[in-house]
Amino acid sequence: MYQGIRISGFGGQGVISAGILLAQAGLLENKNVSWFPAYGAEMRGGTANCSVVIASEEVSSPVVSRPDTVIVMNEPSLAKFEPLVKPGGLLIINSSLVNSKPKRTDIKVAYVPCNKIAEEIGTTKIANMVALGAYAGLTGALSVDTIAKALGKVFKRAKPEMLELNVKALKKGAETKI
Amino acid sequence: MGEKILMKGNEALAEGAVLAGCRFFSGYPITPQNEVPEYMSWRLPEAGGTFIQAESEVSAINMIYGAAATGIRTMTSSSSPGISLKQEGISYCAGADLPIFFANVVRGGPGLGNIAASQGDYNQSVKGGGHGDYHTIVLAPNSVDEMGNFPKKCYELAEKYRMPSMILADGILGQMMEPVEFKFQPVDPKSLKKPEWSLGSAEGRKKRIVRSYDLREGELEKLNWIRAKKFKEIEDKEVLFEEKNINDAQLVLVAYGTSSRIAAAAMKMARDKGMKVGLFRPITLWPFPKKQLAKMAQRVKNFLVVEMSQGQFVDDVRLAINGTAEIDLYARPSGIPNGEEVFAVVDKLYQSIKPAIAAKKAEKSKPAKKAKAPKKAKPTKKLKPVKKFQPVKKKTTKIKTAKKSTKKGGRR
Repeated sequence: MYQGIRISGFGGQGVISAGILLAQAGLLENKNVSWFPAYGAEMRGGTANCSVVIASEEVSSPVVSRPDTVIVMNEPSLAKFEPLVKPGGLLIINSSLVNSKPKRTDIKVAYVPCNKIAEEIGTTKIANMVALGAYAGLTGALSVDTIAKALGKVFKRAKPEMLELNVKALKKGAETKI
Repeated sequence: MGEKILMKGNEALAEGAVLAGCRFFSGYPITPQNEVPEYMSWRLPEAGGTFIQAESEVSAINMIYGAAATGIRTMTSSSSPGISLKQEGISYCAGADLPIFFANVVRGGPGLGNIAASQGDYNQSVKGGGHGDYHTIVLAPNSVDEMGNFPKKCYELAEKYRMPSMILADGILGQMMEPVEFKFQPVDPKSLKKPEWSLGSAEGRKKRIVRSYDLREGELEKLNWIRAKKFKEIEDKEVLFEEKNINDAQLVLVAYGTSSRIAAAAMKMARDKGMKVGLFRPITLWPFPKKQLAKMAQRVKNFLVVEMSQGQFVDDVRLAINGTAEIDLYARPSGIPNGEEVFAVVDKLYQSIKPAIAAKKAEKSKPAKKAKAPKKAKPTKKLKPVKKFQPVKKKTTKIKTAKKSTKKGGRR
């Protein structure tokens, strides 16, 4: 198993921390993992992205150039990352903020209204968790429970009620069907 | 110890140094190594040490010069342009025989370059760096785990030989997160013996001087001969390297640091397709594993060097192999290759050497039957080491033409 993932969105949408969470969850499942951020002139409101690898073998490059899965949280990310998805791969689109449709026909596409679902649960801050839940549900690469466990490891100082909301968002996202 | 923690390479580097007994850090921010001083700024005070954000790199390295002279474990770190600024001080530390430790999280260059990963500082690191006749011990990690575990090794080597040591990383290794397991007991600095040359309270003992300046006639040459002897000893004893799939390999990839991971991916793809490809990774870049490569080149006749610079590292491979095998280069100067593209190069190269490999195989199996009459064969004209079983004359010429034709066949 070798899963390369790219997560992209606005700075502030939690794409970087979502990536860390995935890597931590992979580690909890005794997988080889890596996480790598775009560390250029990224800023709040600009676009940010990160690469995650979850694998049963050694991780080669932590920079995922041909991802199995791409999660796009905003409009500009779709244009940038749609061409990179491996044929047969998965593209998860935050349909609350992305209006364009992907052009490719050789990949699977999941439309998840992440912001809308997050808002219904309580706050748009957890839109990234909805997307992660969708990833876990659709690929089965990691269990939602493991990601929930990873939450506590990554966000050590988070309030319990906030963590609870995050878990809710994960679970809701995991219900996504294509 | 024992637990795998998810950490950034830069943080693992800093934590590894603290666990190895570092209690003084001075540095100046620069991407992509900012997490090192950031981490040290809270971690060192917590461990009872001192963190100083200096007003410049020049100041930072000279604080290290002073602190290291007292015999404690110190650290500074920077990225390419900042390391250039520190070279004067590093040379002074080499001249004062101080066991300093520093890390270069390399970014693109020359000049301010960019902030992405690169291996462009290879020559600067292994050929001295600053002015004067000296070496630095250079360790090249290729994972966050090694980023965390190498500082201790660096301190031990630096102290054993009384000279600077460094970690040569890059933007990817610094910025990426991976599991790290610190595989050693934390070192209590109080348990370390103060070296006999170290400065400090001088009451009741003879005075000591730490300096890099000696105007007495002939003294500097004497000192440099002592250092040369030491360097020779290090080259004999302290070489570290890693090999993968070498035993039956017909083509060996040679790479260090981040490129060695990418080369490993390409090797795996090649192995999956039945190609006999191996990987050789120097861990110490100085001392360079010359002997190991030279020995391997007695059997393996094709090497492919992969580096994220124009062709610096390849020069050391060439020196080691010294004309006894073919060496190709795949270079991405301040670019980041991926496994597929390196595999494409491997594939092309392997196809071009295939006829030679097949011929060699045939040659090997033939004379095994006629092993008793080897004297009839003429010695080959090439300077290469004579093969174990001398083939009959006709066969030899055939093989040679085969080799020549493959050379013309599009090898660059």
